[in-house]
Amino acid sequence: MTLSAFLIVSSVLFCIGLLAALSRRHAIFILIGIEMMLAAANINFIAFWRFSPQPAQPIGVMVAIFAIAIAAAEAAVGLAIVIAVYRHFRTTNVDQLNQLKG
Amino acid sequence: MNIVAFAIIAILTLSAALAAATLQKLMHAALCFAVMFVGISAFFFLLGAEFVGLVQIFVYIGAVAVLIVFTILLTRHDQEKTRGFNWGGIAIAVAVFAGLLWATSKTKSTAIAPPPLQELTVQRIGELLMTGYVWPLLCIGVLLTAALIGALILVMEDKAQ
Repeated sequence: MTLSAFLIVSSVLFCIGLLAALSRRHAIFILIGIEMMLAAANINFIAFWRFSPQPAQPIGVMVAIFAIAIAAAEAAVGLAIVIAVYRHFRTTNVDQLNQLKG
Repeated sequence: MNIVAFAIIAILTLSAALAAATLQKLMHAALCFAVMFVGISAFFFLLGAEFVGLVQIFVYIGAVAVLIVFTILLTRHDQEKTRGFNWGGIAIAVAVFAGLLWATSKTKSTAIAPPPLQELTVQRIGELLMTGYVWPLLCIGVLLTAALIGALILVMEDKAQ
């Protein structure tokens, strides 16, 4: 079990999230893809902490905890935007949301 | 570190992520999203960061997945109708994966074995949060308050109209 195995798994997860964020039309799927990419970054932080020569300094763990908190705030605001957009335009398909003016 | 556990967790996480990214029904995708976060928490437990794994389960499965399910139910009448597949997105994702794989294989120091695990207790994390990381903690508090108020204002009904 080496560090590169964790890095490859997190790269695959990041690319699946990128695929979901780029190719889906539904706004909630785009948020799910962004959450996947953030989780892949968290796996990298924890893996680099575990394999670092100085595990007494838990910098990776601290960054992962703060990243989880920021991702939760981002999800809450993103889903609120989805609900507000749905109320206004009656759709969540991002291809049809092509005007800024109400 | 157990290689069998790693393989099982990796297969579970990646298949759940692929299902969450490609399933047509939103509710099935949201449930696969929750399963994926169980797998990611299992990775954290495998790496010896139990506190982060628990935080991940509490925040993502307990809060974010439920929030996504509520949003799907509130915007239910608009299912995804176009089944068109976006080949540009797949091309970009594969290109990014190739780049990451190339960078990982070029780096020499990634093929190392982990050092012996030193217990990272919750007490130590709490002490660090209250001493060295107290300013980031305060900033996170301000950010969460701002996000809470912002989300409330965004979904508030406009009484004037």
